[in-house]
Amino acid sequence: MAALVRLAIVPVNPELPDRVFAPAPAYLVSREKIREFSRAVFSRNAINLDPSAARAAGFADVVAPPTFAVVVQEATLAQLLAEPDAGIDFSRVVHGEQNFHYTRPIVAGDELTATLRVLSVKTLGGNAMVASESHIVDAQGAHVVTATSTLVVRGDDA
Amino acid sequence: MSDLIPAGLAVGDVVANTQIVLTRDSLVRYAGASGDFNPIHYRDDVALSVGLPGVIAHGMLTMGVAVQPVLDWLSPRGRVVDYGVRFTRPVVVDPEPGATLQIRAVVAVIDEATGEARIDLTVTFAEKTVLAKAQVRVSFT
Repeated sequence: MAALVRLAIVPVNPELPDRVFAPAPAYLVSREKIREFSRAVFSRNAINLDPSAARAAGFADVVAPPTFAVVVQEATLAQLLAEPDAGIDFSRVVHGEQNFHYTRPIVAGDELTATLRVLSVKTLGGNAMVASESHIVDAQGAHVVTATSTLVVRGDDA
Repeated sequence: MSDLIPAGLAVGDVVANTQIVLTRDSLVRYAGASGDFNPIHYRDDVALSVGLPGVIAHGMLTMGVAVQPVLDWLSPRGRVVDYGVRFTRPVVVDPEPGATLQIRAVVAVIDEATGEARIDLTVTFAEKTVLAKAQVRVSFT
């Protein structure tokens, strides 16, 4: 298996920075997905779990925890990994850094659209670091959150 | 504007210092909730084949649980406007007894003008840092 992986290695395309991908299909945020995700990250916060508590706090429905945006971002990272000329071998990818920058929290009922832009490709110690940001907007086109990831593509460590 | 920041909050205050135990159940639950079904998070044979010591937690699970103690302290007075981490070391989750994360959150910066504060997280597993530059910017506006 290791030999097959090594044969598949191609360097990450240095021309990727500033490439903007087509918007990913809209993601409709459901109440139950937020509740499921909230339980999975050990949330005890009533606004994540209880619609009446969320409404009492001024929200239309349950509020997503801060890292929920990764679920919406994921489709755009899949686009990046599948890009034929990107040269990113998924089997060698490790998550290096992650950031979320919010204009407002995600709330159940939101219909979100994410668009990925490659920020940079750097080589460090034989590894390639691919930074990208996914700009996530609501159905009105207003910014909700930007999710930024650095993926580390491990070099041939043989 | 200075009335936005909770009275008495000061740089250096420890707002959370707690432990969270991740088990294999936690990983399976997070895989389903997040849609991240990479088998290194539930199959030892696959994890070993790529050079890991065993099944590891999703980095995003560690990031997600690490901020919860801050939210327990913060909600409903404020909200998270920015949260970032660097993943420095995998969290190996053995079937027994799981993996205990130590999470400590300290007030690093207070900005009276914007009503925001930066909370820095120290997240360790087996006494080693697993999230570096783990910073949560919170707004009290």
